[in-house]
Amino acid sequence: MFKKVRIPLKLSLAALFLAGTTYAFQNEATVKLYNTYCVQCHGLNRNGKGVNTHDIAVQPRDHTDPKGMGDMPDDELTKAITEGGLSVNKSVIMPRWGLTLSTDQVKDLVSYLRVVCKCGPKKEGSTNVGN
Amino acid sequence: MTTKYILYVCAGLMLGQGLAKPADVAAAMQTQCAQCHALKAPAPAELTIDRLWQRKGPDLYYAGSKYNEAWLVKWLQDPKRIRPAGEFYFKHVKTGAKEDVVDESTLTPHVKLSKDDATAYAAALMQLKGAPDLVEKGSYKQQPGSAAMAAMFFNKLRGCSACHQSAPGAGGLSGPELYTGGERLQPDYIHDYIKDPQKFDPHIWMPKLGLNEADLQRLTGYIVGLSAAKR
Repeated sequence: MFKKVRIPLKLSLAALFLAGTTYAFQNEATVKLYNTYCVQCHGLNRNGKGVNTHDIAVQPRDHTDPKGMGDMPDDELTKAITEGGLSVNKSVIMPRWGLTLSTDQVKDLVSYLRVVCKCGPKKEGSTNVGN
Repeated sequence: MTTKYILYVCAGLMLGQGLAKPADVAAAMQTQCAQCHALKAPAPAELTIDRLWQRKGPDLYYAGSKYNEAWLVKWLQDPKRIRPAGEFYFKHVKTGAKEDVVDESTLTPHVKLSKDDATAYAAALMQLKGAPDLVEKGSYKQQPGSAAMAAMFFNKLRGCSACHQSAPGAGGLSGPELYTGGERLQPDYIHDYIKDPQKFDPHIWMPKLGLNEADLQRLTGYIVGLSAAKR
């Protein structure tokens, strides 16, 4: 009886440990992606005040703004990153990253943006996307 | 601080030598330039995003397919910063009053060489070609086009100016300035790099935009022309 309980418990702990490790690793890698590609325009503080913005025509989006970010559903964020600002009727200055980043990397970045803005996604279909 | 120290040591070593023999130059490049620049193509497994974060200067293992030799000779004698925010930009920016700014205190000047040494180093660098198919010879066709239209593509329609300066003070800071790009870079390299930056490094922070050939020719011609008037 004792053994029957102990083995699953060990496995459960191992699974929890592995799951935690994987999550932490993915998160760290995604933060590095953001710091590599996005910070140049969106800024160290993720507030749209990157080093490139001193002479930019259109201010990049403030990723810490829960209202503005909350109004964008995940599929719109995904489209903006993958296909560029024009694809969601925003600025051409936001380039398309879909030929540089993988689909999974873009997905991870969208998840990370939700952490940065401390906001949940607006439900899909509730705004015009890519019209 | 350590990086600064290494660069100063490099500078001292390089300035103290008069390198005329090719063998001396090759040896000096391995011990000095290689401190900050990759002179050999990394193995595919080494081309990671972490490598970009760790490197201190641009890769030079394809310098002979990238730079114009005359520019190298000139620049090595009087180096001026090409990347306003240094390499890698993230490590040299800090938050400012209005927006992020370049943290000048983290940037160190490149060493200056004598004319003879600059000539010798430039000749050696031009021997480093990279993979045979890295830059396609003749990819830039040098077709006549409207400079005004090309400027509009660079500054507005394709968003290049978000990261690159087309004139001092005009444009972004995370990418290399391009107002000396035409003097500095081979036209075929400019064309091929814009077409597919990740061909040169799979993780470089310039996006591949999927531009059509007309755009590539137009933008290359614009960059070549940016510094043509100054030559």
